[in-house]
Amino acid sequence: MKEFTIYNYKDTRSGFGEGLLELGRKNPEVVALCADLTGSLKMDAFAAEFPERFIQVGIAEANMIGIAAGLTVGGKIPFTGTFANFSTGRVYDQIRQSVAYSEKNVKICASHAGVTLGEDGATHQILEDIGLMKMLPNITVINPCDFNQTKAATLAIAEHDGPVYLRFGRPKVPTFIPEDQEFIIGKALMLNEGTDVTIIATGHLVWESLEAAKELESKGISTEVINIHTIKPLDTEAILKSVAKTKCVVTAEEHMRHGGLGDSIAQLLAHKLPTPMEMIAVDDRFGQSGTPAELMTEYGLDAANIVKAVEKVIGRK
Amino acid sequence: MSKNFTFAKKLNMPQKEELKRISTQVRRDIVRMVNGAKSGHPGGSLGCADFLTALYFEVMNHDPESFNMDGKDEDIFFLSNGHISPVLYSVLARVGYFDIKELATFRKLHTRLQGHPSIAERIPGVRVASGSLGQGLSVANGAAITKKLNNDSSLVYILMGDGEIEEGQIWEAAMFAAAKNVDNLIAVVDYNGKQIDGPVDEVLPLGNLKAKWEAFDWITLEMNGHDFDSILETLAKAEELSGNGKPIVILMKTEMGQGVDYMMGTHKWHGNAPNDEQTEDALSQLEETLGDY
Repeated sequence: MKEFTIYNYKDTRSGFGEGLLELGRKNPEVVALCADLTGSLKMDAFAAEFPERFIQVGIAEANMIGIAAGLTVGGKIPFTGTFANFSTGRVYDQIRQSVAYSEKNVKICASHAGVTLGEDGATHQILEDIGLMKMLPNITVINPCDFNQTKAATLAIAEHDGPVYLRFGRPKVPTFIPEDQEFIIGKALMLNEGTDVTIIATGHLVWESLEAAKELESKGISTEVINIHTIKPLDTEAILKSVAKTKCVVTAEEHMRHGGLGDSIAQLLAHKLPTPMEMIAVDDRFGQSGTPAELMTEYGLDAANIVKAVEKVIGRK
Repeated sequence: MSKNFTFAKKLNMPQKEELKRISTQVRRDIVRMVNGAKSGHPGGSLGCADFLTALYFEVMNHDPESFNMDGKDEDIFFLSNGHISPVLYSVLARVGYFDIKELATFRKLHTRLQGHPSIAERIPGVRVASGSLGQGLSVANGAAITKKLNNDSSLVYILMGDGEIEEGQIWEAAMFAAAKNVDNLIAVVDYNGKQIDGPVDEVLPLGNLKAKWEAFDWITLEMNGHDFDSILETLAKAEELSGNGKPIVILMKTEMGQGVDYMMGTHKWHGNAPNDEQTEDALSQLEETLGDY
């Protein structure tokens, strides 16, 4: 098992904030919009340094998405920031018509995704956002796993011409992806090579998958761990190659089972390479109040459940 | 790029007559397109024919020959009430964005002239999709801000329906434009008083619309959308008032179905196509001035 160094514990939203600030310094076309959550989105530094390129729209997310679409006419690269719930479900039709169908170069940046938002409860804990966004033609969907990857993703999407949904979160989690790790949109990241099972994980569940792999390796199960940060377009080649070798797969994500990463991989495997598969995801229920750690356990989104799923799926080979 | 028209000169009769000739042909196009597709929205399209003809042929500084998405240093127009696409397509074709022959493909499979405007097929003259109502004013705000950031002194125009402004997003955008001094934006409300289900006053009365826009801190002008003097003078005034810290809205009185007698005075032709006989009747009321497509 490859050793991973924990560089620090940081929130992925801060990776976005740092990336955005760097973008502001190097790309004059980048503008940022926020719907009254500048502090929560870690956009303050950008707003302070580039006030003329920061647009506070107030609590009006639909308007924010429309403004962002309009800003692209004339060459700006707008980054919108609000919670994942208000970045997707609340503004679905605005994204659908004014951004996705209109092929506008808008970057929809969404924090506080999933149950790890914590105590605010289900009204704010969206678990459907990946599904909503990946169903729209033209949109790239990215869900990075730690601070460094989120920062790298933020920088990378500015270079990509087209609408992007970038999903990140609130809790402080281990930073383990090296700072200089290249971020290539649509390219899976091999974290640990193995032969008995493939774990494919995204977002906060990537670290949990590595913890699970460590335990599985100690039990003699050779575990391949792949990080899918880009859910759409999916790196089908990397997934099929790994699954062809290990012949069973577990997916792990902080999202509803319907519409998530596991759902995309199940479709891929059903078409190309039917394989025993288990999914770690939220099973058709809303979130609730609690600490992030309590909620991860309550919803089965942790290393212990990934280990169980692996043992189960190996038995199905 | 310089303005190809200055409002300093008083309108003379031939100019107005020429606009009238164009808008009459545009109305023929609308009726024929909707009849050809056996679907579409003739009522509002006919109602806005004079305004869009004046805007594209006299008012906006724009370049039909080399359309590009960015529209830098050009005046740009967004149609928020996308269902009146027939009038937009006809005016765009007649002013030179694409061949008028293409109007025959309206709403047909693989056309660039989708039922509601789209950019997916790269039709010149369209910069954003519209049809799901209420989104255009936000988009226009964004485009206007980009013009300011680019030190581009040209203007952004946007048309929306009066029924459309029942959508809440319009008022988010209205509050925003005034708060952020988006003063290079000229919005026009097609105030025809009708929507699909009936008169706006029965569906959801708008109350004192002028007072509402004024309360949102917009400069609010009124014009008669079927009188070229009124249209050109009001648009000239709006342009003059731009750049003074406030967004500008024009409440444009129109008649849904204007130019076709049996389509006027009712909401019935909001979204229904005339059959062949009704089309003959309509075309007999609209002289073929520039040649049909």
